[in-house]
Amino acid sequence: MRHILSVLLENEAGALSRVVGLFSARGYNIDSLSVATTEDITMSRMTIVTHGSDDVIEQITKQLNKLIEVIKVVDLTDGNHIERELMLVKVRAAGKDRDEMKRLADIFRGRILDVTDKSYTVELTGNSDKLDAFIASIEPGVILETVRTGASGIGRGERILKV
Amino acid sequence: MPQTITGAEIVVRCLAEEKVDFVFGYPGGAVLNIYDEIFKQDKFKHVLVRHEQAAVHAADAYSRSSQRIGVCLVTSGPGVTNAVTGIATAYMDSIPMVIISGQVPTHAIGQDAFQECDTVGITRPCVKHNFLVKDVKELASTIKKAFYIASTGRPGPVLVDIPKDVTANTCKFEYPKEISMRSYNPAGKGHSGQIKKAVQLLLDAKRPMIYSGGGVILNDASAELTALVRHLGAPVTNTLMGLGAYPATDSLYLGMPGMHGTFEANQAMQDCDVLLAVGARFDDRVIGNPGHFFRDGRKIIHIDIDPSSISKRVKVDVPIVGYVKDVLVEMLAQIQAHEKKPDAAALKNWWAKIKDWQGKNCMAFKPAAAGGKIKPQAVVQALWKATGGDAFVTSDVGQHQMWAAQYYPFTKPRRWLNSGGLGTMGVGIPYAMGAQLANPDATVACITGEGSVQMCIQELSTCKQYHIPMKILNLNNRSLGMVRQWQEFFYGNRYAESYMNALPDFVKLAEAYGHVGMKIEKPGDVEGAIREAIALKDRLVFMDFITDETENVFPMIPGGKGLTEMILAEDL
Repeated sequence: MRHILSVLLENEAGALSRVVGLFSARGYNIDSLSVATTEDITMSRMTIVTHGSDDVIEQITKQLNKLIEVIKVVDLTDGNHIERELMLVKVRAAGKDRDEMKRLADIFRGRILDVTDKSYTVELTGNSDKLDAFIASIEPGVILETVRTGASGIGRGERILKV
Repeated sequence: MPQTITGAEIVVRCLAEEKVDFVFGYPGGAVLNIYDEIFKQDKFKHVLVRHEQAAVHAADAYSRSSQRIGVCLVTSGPGVTNAVTGIATAYMDSIPMVIISGQVPTHAIGQDAFQECDTVGITRPCVKHNFLVKDVKELASTIKKAFYIASTGRPGPVLVDIPKDVTANTCKFEYPKEISMRSYNPAGKGHSGQIKKAVQLLLDAKRPMIYSGGGVILNDASAELTALVRHLGAPVTNTLMGLGAYPATDSLYLGMPGMHGTFEANQAMQDCDVLLAVGARFDDRVIGNPGHFFRDGRKIIHIDIDPSSISKRVKVDVPIVGYVKDVLVEMLAQIQAHEKKPDAAALKNWWAKIKDWQGKNCMAFKPAAAGGKIKPQAVVQALWKATGGDAFVTSDVGQHQMWAAQYYPFTKPRRWLNSGGLGTMGVGIPYAMGAQLANPDATVACITGEGSVQMCIQELSTCKQYHIPMKILNLNNRSLGMVRQWQEFFYGNRYAESYMNALPDFVKLAEAYGHVGMKIEKPGDVEGAIREAIALKDRLVFMDFITDETENVFPMIPGGKGLTEMILAEDL
């Protein structure tokens, strides 16, 4: 099952590689990972999307907690949460594709950030399924380039991950 | 206002603050400033090894045999890469250690400088934590953190990598008295509610079993374990890492569990209705295949300081996270205060069943035939007799390691030093060095084989320099015995590269290093030779026992099988 883990860790050189090294050393999966500092620059917050059985997820959580620089770990999938991912897609926008791409971007509430006479660069935000759906709705040959940030997540309501 | 001092002097002052008395190491370019400060001080002794791997092993054994933190010092690049085997060995067995490594100057990092390597990157997967110190102002607090992290929670090795310019830069020295880290708060006391549940299970048990591991030794909880076991009247087994935690000569003790454990210990592990695991981790060499180990209805209580050890391989019913010593104290207090007493009638039946299993006499071996070769097991038994069971015993890895574990019944903790987790050949001599320096008046014996002993044989030179009078018992069967045993059982007797065809003359080799060498070929000479060697109190004696090469380690559970699928010697 897919899980989305939020990890609060010390913003120190090498902390990221400890997390990534743990996943590869123990054979866990990383589907996506996004990380940046928080409002307190001494801390980073990382969102890891992974999948595995309940036993594996339990071990991942325990092993993450064991890392000296990890402050807190929360499995967001344990409760209500919001997740968002940002994607930039460069598509061919010439001839009949040009109007179609504009319409499609509008339907998905995307924004066209850059335009040439042959291409559009579309910015799209949503959960990962929505981004997948957008890509699926475009003919593969029309996509010139895709870049995604991986999901970031946060608990709903009063659920807070803080020191 | 305090004076400023160099980073190198800070390192030395920090070690003195930590009351370190031995540093095991090897100098090189990146640590020359530190060595210069070592030269000028007299707070601790430096032990110059002949290979960095041995420095780490010796510091590791110093820690294992003394409850203190082992310290070693190596230079950058090859100094560190040579140390990696030692670090990984200590990590697998959760040994508290601090490794200080030199690094090229900060401005040269990343330039492929001479003797540069990514030390923090290379060691990251085999340390509890590591640090690269880029600013001399952070040096003292980092070393303090290293000692704190190494020795608290589940212990482990911590490495501090120090670039050469940091050892030359200066700042004020202040060693922090206390350290607190928001991201590191090891679990303390076990949860009382969980302990209560465990107590209820133990008192309701008809067939209780106690399975204790290295965690009991690391946390110095032998006395507490022994008191609990005796109060419950339950059978107990100590893992390879836990030997000596409960006295092996006691009637409640069933021997070691696992692949080469006793028949009765393994049957009891499987057949009990309540299993209390204390500082043990259900590893593959102990329980075999977890699928086979599963038993419907059996309840498992697991005490461990590391939450990730719990329910990693085996689902448990009552997890208790905390220092085993504290948990055992509270557990015993709750049991003693409880109105219910252990079920005497049920225990009587349980022990009757165990006596049947013990009747198999699974550790019996055929004595040497007239005119035959020495039995390796008999050498270990003779050592036990000659030392009154009171020696520090180190081993390397292989058949001799299992025989040492099986035939030297340890009655005290921290007397048995071996690489249980990583299984590192070559630890025997450096382990004995560390143990002897930590326990200068004790008899320290290294039970080894002619394969393993050659992996760190150069340390005979270190032993000469520091007058380390260890006794080496080389069980020489002219082959890599454990490999050969597996090839015999599982590879149709195809002995691929497991035969040693060009062995040195170990007697001459020992003499070349300035030690005493003995070659023992007759079974009747074994005990006399060991007694003679022990009588040479101030000399290292290398005893080369020419043993029966056909001997195998029994009992044995083949890889991937369960605890009730043991092969006994008599089955073959």
